[in-house]
Amino acid sequence: MTTPTHAVRGFDRELILKAVADSFRKLSPRLQFRNPVMFVVFVCSVLTTLLWIQAIVGHGEAPASFIFWVSIWLWFTLLFANFAEALAEGRGKAQAAALRSSRKNVMAKKLAGPDRSAAITFAESSDLRSGDYVLVEANELLPGDGEVVVGAASVDESAITGESAPVIRESGGDRSAVTGGTRVLSDWLVVRITSNPGESFLDRMIAMVEGAARRKTPNEIALTILLAKFTLIFLLACATLLPYSIYSVQAAGKGNPITLTVLVALLVCLIPTTIGALLSAIGIAGMDRMIRANVIATSGRAVEAAGDVDVLLLDKTGTITLGNRQAVAFMPAPGVEEVRLADAAQLASLADETPEGRSVVVLAKERFNLRERQLQEGQAQFVPFTAQTRMSGVDIGERRIRKGALDAVERYLESVGSHLPPLVKRMAEDVARRGATPLIVVEGSVALGVIELKDIVKGGIRERFAEMRRMGIKTVMITGDNPLTAAAIAAEAGVDDFLAEATPEAKLKLIRSIQAENRLVAMCGDGTNDAPALAQADVAVAMNTGTQAAKEAGNMVDLDSNPTKLIEVVEIGKQMLITRGALTTFSISNDIAKYFAIIPAAFATTYPALNALNVMRLATPQSAILSAVIFNALIIIFLIPLALKGVKYRALGAGALLRRNLLVYGLGGIAVPFIGIKLIDLLLVLCGLA
Amino acid sequence: MTTNDFFQVALYLVVLLLLVKPMGQYMALVFAETPNRVTRWGAPVERLLYRLSGIRAEDDMSWRRYAMTMLLFNVAGLLAVYVLQRVQQWLPLNPQHLGAITPDSAMNTAISFVTNTNWQGYAGESSMSYLTQMLGMAVQNFLSAATGIAVLIAVIRGFVRRSSLSIGNFWVDMTRSTIYILLPLSFVMALLLVSQGVVQNFKAYVDVPLTQPIVATEVVKDTQGYTLKDAAGHDVTRDTPVRVQTLPMGPAASQIAIKHLGTNGGGFFNANSAHPYENPTPLSNFIEMLAILLIPGGLCITFGCMVGDRRQGWAILCTMLLIFVPLTFAAVMAEQAGNPVLHGLSIDQQASALQAGGNMEGKETRFGIAASGLFAAVTTAASCGAVNAMHDSLTPLGGLVPMWLMQLGEVIFGGVGSGLYGMLAFAVVAVFIAGLMVGRTPEYLGKKIEAHEMKMASLAVLLPCALVVICTAIAVLVPAGVAGIGNPGVHGFSEVLYAVSSASNNNGSAFGGLSANTPFWNTLLGVCMFFARFPLAIAMLAMAGSLAAKRHVPPSAGTLPTHTPLFVILLACVVIVVGALTFLPALALGPIAEYLMSGH
Repeated sequence: MTTPTHAVRGFDRELILKAVADSFRKLSPRLQFRNPVMFVVFVCSVLTTLLWIQAIVGHGEAPASFIFWVSIWLWFTLLFANFAEALAEGRGKAQAAALRSSRKNVMAKKLAGPDRSAAITFAESSDLRSGDYVLVEANELLPGDGEVVVGAASVDESAITGESAPVIRESGGDRSAVTGGTRVLSDWLVVRITSNPGESFLDRMIAMVEGAARRKTPNEIALTILLAKFTLIFLLACATLLPYSIYSVQAAGKGNPITLTVLVALLVCLIPTTIGALLSAIGIAGMDRMIRANVIATSGRAVEAAGDVDVLLLDKTGTITLGNRQAVAFMPAPGVEEVRLADAAQLASLADETPEGRSVVVLAKERFNLRERQLQEGQAQFVPFTAQTRMSGVDIGERRIRKGALDAVERYLESVGSHLPPLVKRMAEDVARRGATPLIVVEGSVALGVIELKDIVKGGIRERFAEMRRMGIKTVMITGDNPLTAAAIAAEAGVDDFLAEATPEAKLKLIRSIQAENRLVAMCGDGTNDAPALAQADVAVAMNTGTQAAKEAGNMVDLDSNPTKLIEVVEIGKQMLITRGALTTFSISNDIAKYFAIIPAAFATTYPALNALNVMRLATPQSAILSAVIFNALIIIFLIPLALKGVKYRALGAGALLRRNLLVYGLGGIAVPFIGIKLIDLLLVLCGLA
Repeated sequence: MTTNDFFQVALYLVVLLLLVKPMGQYMALVFAETPNRVTRWGAPVERLLYRLSGIRAEDDMSWRRYAMTMLLFNVAGLLAVYVLQRVQQWLPLNPQHLGAITPDSAMNTAISFVTNTNWQGYAGESSMSYLTQMLGMAVQNFLSAATGIAVLIAVIRGFVRRSSLSIGNFWVDMTRSTIYILLPLSFVMALLLVSQGVVQNFKAYVDVPLTQPIVATEVVKDTQGYTLKDAAGHDVTRDTPVRVQTLPMGPAASQIAIKHLGTNGGGFFNANSAHPYENPTPLSNFIEMLAILLIPGGLCITFGCMVGDRRQGWAILCTMLLIFVPLTFAAVMAEQAGNPVLHGLSIDQQASALQAGGNMEGKETRFGIAASGLFAAVTTAASCGAVNAMHDSLTPLGGLVPMWLMQLGEVIFGGVGSGLYGMLAFAVVAVFIAGLMVGRTPEYLGKKIEAHEMKMASLAVLLPCALVVICTAIAVLVPAGVAGIGNPGVHGFSEVLYAVSSASNNNGSAFGGLSANTPFWNTLLGVCMFFARFPLAIAMLAMAGSLAAKRHVPPSAGTLPTHTPLFVILLACVVIVVGALTFLPALALGPIAEYLMSGH
């Protein structure tokens, strides 16, 4: 993966300082109101502050210092939550600033028509509308997103992708899309603008990383409802504790009713502040992880859907196999030496610039140390591949060497009055049966043997697919090969299924049939012919090198144009959900210890017997309550890295994953606060605050 | 805990588990969408009933229509029971010439029986005529139970149906619950009870001279039902010599059968299942306990059958048992351990061949510790509320168990139907949290759990909790509420908490000690009962409506399995955590403080 030049890594000093400043700015009630859990904390903080002022004036319900410390730590709880959010946003903002700097307003050469020689008028790039034609020449910035209609040029796209090597953009085909803000390095392009100001790819990217376009995802909404429910339950449980306490004091005839300060402290400790504080940070950080993986998602919803994907459609070439087929073996005909076959094959392939042809040359060099020979012009006559002959080769003097597919060679031999030996034919058929491609080499009228061309499956991809299977995701390989070849490669790569002889229509049909079973499909694609399938898929990652049509149809764009990225996207989606679930569990589990700290302390004067519940042996009622409040605030700070990095995702089945996360965050959530609260209590005693 | 105690509890659990499977499978056939050997047999009866009442059985209802029909039908029932009590003095089958019930008590009782709570502010034998008992109480025992089952079946259909706008026909579900399940079982059970000595007649009460006259001391109450106090603040009492005992009679067996089977719990007599005519023998006691959990337990299996994966039903049943069994043993152990206050007084509380030992205060000698402790756990796990011992006299921990079982939301078995749909609300919450932790949009039984389901499940979980804490607070703040408290100190708080918990979870059992037949308590508890029952049922129907409309997501290796021991433990934890976290402060001021103060 390449690293975008503008990517902001880690937490640098400046980011943290800015986040600290932002956490105070975010204390505004209007912002707090959006998060029900933290809004309750906000109201509680204001309330305790007022109680403190009342205590200073002299009518306090408890010692002013105690109320002061509770109040301070409630404010800290809020600030820590704001800090987490600000920190998560900060990284996005820094990236947005970097992106924005490349969105300069440039003078564009607006053309009257899609022709270089058309009349030129100068226009601000911000005035360009979809459908306008512009001319962009060397060292000029592209004024907006568009499609190349005439010309070819090398373009520096590092502002978007971070990849410094220039890329070729040309009219027609799958390399015609250009992005505003990138720079033409050589030659010229006539571009048809495809986006209106403010809607360009760069604009969308900036909006995404800034979090401006961030709306709550469906899961986030459902979780907020659950958290609001818990908050409401605890609010009622705590509020009604006052009447219970008043009654109990009357009934027991001793002690004082619970103070408002203690009630508020209990409430803030019980409501799920940990997850409430970190919820939005988790969402922002999830988007941020996508961006750092160089994937731009059009919405958080798409990222979340990635976690739910059931079926992954992967193109064979480039994703599962390395580029193209490569020659792996020479199989000479009976009576022919292998080296002769290799020599003839190399000669026939010298002028063949296809990857397959190059691989034949390379194999001959590796096996028999046959060097590439410079054949004299005129001495050698290269015969290019044509759709009619379906063969290529070379004529050197009298030597007429040809290589081609089985049926083409058979026809050729018949035309020169010879025939293919049955043994060679069987060899070729064997190769085909193994899923490889046979090429037959002929010199004159003699068949020398067979070259085996094979797809090379990427290293480690098999393990990746096994992981997917454990996660419950089915992988389907898409290829234009015949079913026999496809089956062999599918077996070698370890995919669950394949679609052979795939056409755009067949792809679309496959996606629809999977969706009809109510499964979610993810795919990636780059070409215009992929656009319908991309639009149909639930998670569609378009390659940045792809056409504008593909980018429009997808809901994510991979700036690295690496189809394997799909797997990473799925993991990031899952990780985001897991982090939310884990912190929710942790937050609720924490409450048990807090009860043991606060209940005995709150009713110590009425029912001293309840001190038996003080299992942590906290020093005084006040230190117990303060310790719980401090723990509740500090745990937010401690969990910020986890919220931003996400819980580590392991490719396990759902049952194993749940067991693991329940053990760590459920049981851990029960145990940690017992230790934490006790330690804080000891510290408070040391500081004389107990 | 003695070996005898252990075997009594174990025997009960084994017999119960043997019965739930056939019961559950039978009920699944009753509600199957296609005709089968069970429904074919009753089809003529069904058709006749539908024709007589003008019901179009093939009409499927949307959740809104289903909920509205359910609500209107129950409100009609409520008004009928109210009117019946108000005019009973002019109606036949009233040999004792009992007068009209006061408006507040009549309304409380009407709500109580319609909501399957069966909280009784009145004493049956001294206030209700036989006609009122049969036409009002017994009929509502059937109908409230059938309503619970109907709503549950509609909720299950929400999970089963795919892309559907309807969740079934309320009238058909009601009819089937009644004629296939409740009526036949009640008939058999009534016969069994009569064989044990439960009365079933229309005779006037019988006066019997006492062989040894006694003097009764009773507190004097004013017209409002409040205890009168003298100048020193003590209760005013009155001594009366008693030479004659009046033995109440009536059509008890037929009503007691459905009282248990339908988890109603409203006794024919005031002493409920402690009364010798209502629960005469250990065998009748065993049958009554079995009857309480038979249908709620069986419905778990029905649920598994209907959703097409029996393991799902067993998982829910195991979750209930996982909470129920330890709590039952805890209650029995606490009772068998006896009263610590008596330890120093050279009083023998050990079990021996001659005595049950333990805390026998408020318990019937014919049942002893185990059968009373078990009964208390069973009746509060299910929202039955029948009692065979005085819960007020349980030890602090023994009393904590029934109170907490109710506060868990009556989902550990719970009421017929209502317990399971309440548990499904918890399952949705558990699935949501667990689903997030495995990195997928949570699904339960192939249906995605989204914001709307979360809202409804949260409402269903929140509502009973909110009612308990708020109404307890009102009761201890208002003088009219405090006036009903019978015991001073911490135990008095437990009495209030228990009563409100019982009403707000539609249980209906009483701790005792609380004088609740006053306008304040009748109104407060009436409100609790009504709002705990119907809004919750409607929330679940709304959830069913949205689930039914969803597509079915086929399971994969990434789907959270909801039939595994892990999920069972998780679900139990969610139920316990919500219950514990909500009520721990209140419990700390009641039974827990009482326990810690009583010498432990």
